Amino acid sequence: MVKIQIIAISVSLLFLLYIIRLIVKGKLREEYSIVWIVCTILLIVFSLWRNGLEIIANTLGVYEAPNLVFTGSIFAILIYLLHLSIVVSKLHAQNKQLAQEIALLKNEFGKKGNI
Amino acid sequence: MKIAAIVPAYNEEAAIASVVNDINALAESQHLLIDVIVVNDCSKDATSEVISKLNCIALNLPINLGIGGAVQTGFKYALKNGYDYAIQIDGDGQHPASEIPKIVSAAVNNNLDVVIGSRFISKEGFQSSAVRRMGINYFKRLNRLLVGTVVNDSTSGFRLINRKVLEVVADYYPDEYPEPEAIIIYSLNNFKIGEVSVTMKERQGGVSSIGTFASIYYMFKVTLAIIFTFTRMKFRKR
Repeated sequence: MVKIQIIAISVSLLFLLYIIRLIVKGKLREEYSIVWIVCTILLIVFSLWRNGLEIIANTLGVYEAPNLVFTGSIFAILIYLLHLSIVVSKLHAQNKQLAQEIALLKNEFGKKGNI
Repeated sequence: MKIAAIVPAYNEEAAIASVVNDINALAESQHLLIDVIVVNDCSKDATSEVISKLNCIALNLPINLGIGGAVQTGFKYALKNGYDYAIQIDGDGQHPASEIPKIVSAAVNNNLDVVIGSRFISKEGFQSSAVRRMGINYFKRLNRLLVGTVVNDSTSGFRLINRKVLEVVADYYPDEYPEPEAIIIYSLNNFKIGEVSVTMKERQGGVSSIGTFASIYYMFKVTLAIIFTFTRMKFRKR
């Protein structure tokens, strides 16, 4: 095993541990952690299997293996950002609904003289 | 016939009292059953204290939702409390209470679902700036192209809707700059839309929700919203 492999694997493992810690502490919801765990596992796989990247790039007809990494990761990042925008839009709609309910309820309780 | 006058207010401490008092005075003199519902969109000034002392139903939003979300809160209240009509009146004093009977009688006499108070029919009163009028004309053309409805003053917030429409807008109403988009929603629900000529005043206090740079964003966002709402409603299951 080469030096860079050991570094890559240990960084990936640390990252994985951090994600697990976040989930355990309830700071990250499981459904949003899947993508991070998959990314870490991919990093570990390609750190161990150094020729893998070359082989996959060759099969896909990509001349420079790093180009495949950039293309793949940028695409994945864009998709994940879109996913986050969808989540934010949903939260926005729910937030609005809650605020409106609160305003209506405050008025109702106010009438009864409770607030 | 119970009418809800929905007044959205954001930082309107200067103008809100006279707006509410004018509507109440008119209701009394014309023997109309109007309840004023002020929706305070989390104002940073004293709007909340001012309206708590007025003869009105105060709905205080805990966070700022924007004009559409605020007005929709009023719609929800009106629907839940059995009002026959809801009329939206801006909190800045642009819409004179004296024009309310005209709008209400247009709805009752012509059996209309939506009545929009328009500045541009008789061209009296405050006419807005030339640039704004250009934008308003653009929305008029866009709406005519998509749904064939001609509304001269598509950005006017001085409008009345009946209970049938309330049921729709309590469920979905745009957040930002809702007026032009709402016309598409009304048209595609086959509501009968009418326009009556009203005189508007220049705002009595506060600042417009749309600044100079925001105008470009406004045009772009509303155009997108109109096209997407049109697509969504046109092709949904019937």
